[in-house]
Amino acid sequence: MINYNKTREIGINILRRWILIFLVGEIVFFSIVGTNYFSLKNLQNILVASTTVLLLATGETFVIITGGIDLSIGFMVGFSSVVSAKVMVDLWTAGFSQPVAIMIGILAALLLGLIPGFINGFLVAKLRVPPFIATFGMYGIAYGFAEIICNNVPIHGLPTSLGSLGHGYLFYWLPGKLFSFLSWPENLSREELKHLVSIVPNVTIITFIFIGIFAFILAKTKFGQHTYAIGGNINAAERAGVNVKAHLIKVYMISSFFASLAGVMYVLRFITGRAPAGSARLLDAVVAVVIGGASLSGGKGTIMGTVIGALIIGVLEIGLVNLSIPTYNLHIAVGCILIFAVLVDQFSPELIHKEEEIG
Amino acid sequence: MEPILEVKNITKRFGGLTAVDNLDMQIYPGEVVGILGDNGAGKSTLIKVISGVYQADAGQIFFEGRRIKISNPMEALKIGIETIYQDLALAENMNVYSNVFLGREKLKKFLNFIDILDHDYMLKESKKVLNRLDINIPSLKNKISTLSGGERQAVAISRSIYWNAKLLIMDEPTAALGVAEQKKVLNLVNTLSSQGVSIIIISHQMHDVFSVATRLLIMRRGKKVAERITKKTNADEVVGLIVGSLPGDYIEAIEEKR
Repeated sequence: MINYNKTREIGINILRRWILIFLVGEIVFFSIVGTNYFSLKNLQNILVASTTVLLLATGETFVIITGGIDLSIGFMVGFSSVVSAKVMVDLWTAGFSQPVAIMIGILAALLLGLIPGFINGFLVAKLRVPPFIATFGMYGIAYGFAEIICNNVPIHGLPTSLGSLGHGYLFYWLPGKLFSFLSWPENLSREELKHLVSIVPNVTIITFIFIGIFAFILAKTKFGQHTYAIGGNINAAERAGVNVKAHLIKVYMISSFFASLAGVMYVLRFITGRAPAGSARLLDAVVAVVIGGASLSGGKGTIMGTVIGALIIGVLEIGLVNLSIPTYNLHIAVGCILIFAVLVDQFSPELIHKEEEIG
Repeated sequence: MEPILEVKNITKRFGGLTAVDNLDMQIYPGEVVGILGDNGAGKSTLIKVISGVYQADAGQIFFEGRRIKISNPMEALKIGIETIYQDLALAENMNVYSNVFLGREKLKKFLNFIDILDHDYMLKESKKVLNRLDINIPSLKNKISTLSGGERQAVAISRSIYWNAKLLIMDEPTAALGVAEQKKVLNLVNTLSSQGVSIIIISHQMHDVFSVATRLLIMRRGKKVAERITKKTNADEVVGLIVGSLPGDYIEAIEEKR
């Protein structure tokens, strides 16, 4: 005899975790069909390739939970990449040492990147401009400024040590011979280089440190709680004494901070600054957030879900490359997953969302 | 006995419209007062002045004998005036105890230096206040969106009570409820009143107001036209006062009639 309740419970648990199951399924699928897909090297490649989407989507999650949307992040990546590249090149040619030029370049981009977020937040919270319009305006403005700063050409001639930072790993391991932390082992023979195992890309570490911090903030702190409250019922939050306007400004600043960070990561990875860098990733970021369980009407979503959403896209993208399938097919697949995600959310029984600690 | 709330000569204008006109009112501890009036009589404006949403253009407010100025809703909350609006102001995407503590979350230290939410404390305290008011909600971890209208009303009331409301203002508390739930909410009003909380109820459902309020205040066109002890009046008289077919007790009202 079939136990109805038990079956139902299993069904609910599957639906609840469908994105995780989907992600695992994707990896299994490509591992079977692809060549060398399931290898440490390739999995790390997926993480690195997902950097921009992961970062953009994390910031976007905060905005979407409040019921808004931030479209400016697409070109904020380019803006920030151009700013940090330009500062690095100028300082280095002016005679500063490489580490100083790199540090100041990164800081300049991250600090300057907070300004568009502040303006977005101010427009949305204080002047009641719809988020779509405010951030879409900023999308164009950021792109224009980026092009002005770089004179329409990608910025080259960056400090040479950027490469070891952007393409470096946390550990290098030569089985039985050598274990090195953070620094590239010198004097290896060609044969040894073949067997050298590099573990955890720097870019990925930085990305997940920031994602981790903000996941904690969203899930565990008063700030996170108020973010959900604003998305659930902005009037209720206001009447309960939440400073909604200040909170929204901070949320848009978080989003632009993550976009700037993505721009900096772009410079580390590609050793160049380009105005259109990452602009194609805007849509992927929003899709990742929605796949991750957030609703565009606000009040729902988690960073964990968003990360899984971003990885679903990354795994698929590298998978298609692995199978030599043209990447424009990616858009078709991502589109289908997005619609599927929304459908699951729409038709899943209320029970799935019933008991939750947060929000 | 000293009134917990006394308003004197309160006037509130919106441009050329006088929404509340030179109104006096006293509320005593543990008392349930119903404010009745037609649409546009000024009931909502009056309670918004008391709860700090609007500032009066003239008049004084005394709370527990002291003259006070309420310039925003937060100040009203701080001195113990809580308002439950028709829309209840609950975040439906959040669970019961998070709503009870919304805006006033209980925090604890994580690793000795980061403030994080203390879910256990908030859950425990919310349970206590719901028990005190005899409210049954299956799990306080349930989201508001899974609760019935009456349960939501109960959550909103519990929130006010937890934060030591001395005066609770309820705007149409039974409007969206089924019959059985209306009864529960009215019972809850009686429970609160017996625990010493003063309550102002605004409602179109005259039957509700009659069943819980000890005193009635009738408004028409921004003015107080009459005050009645519930037991010493009846629905016919009150309706007459509301629509203006009875003159009311105050000179201005009579003059207006002429």
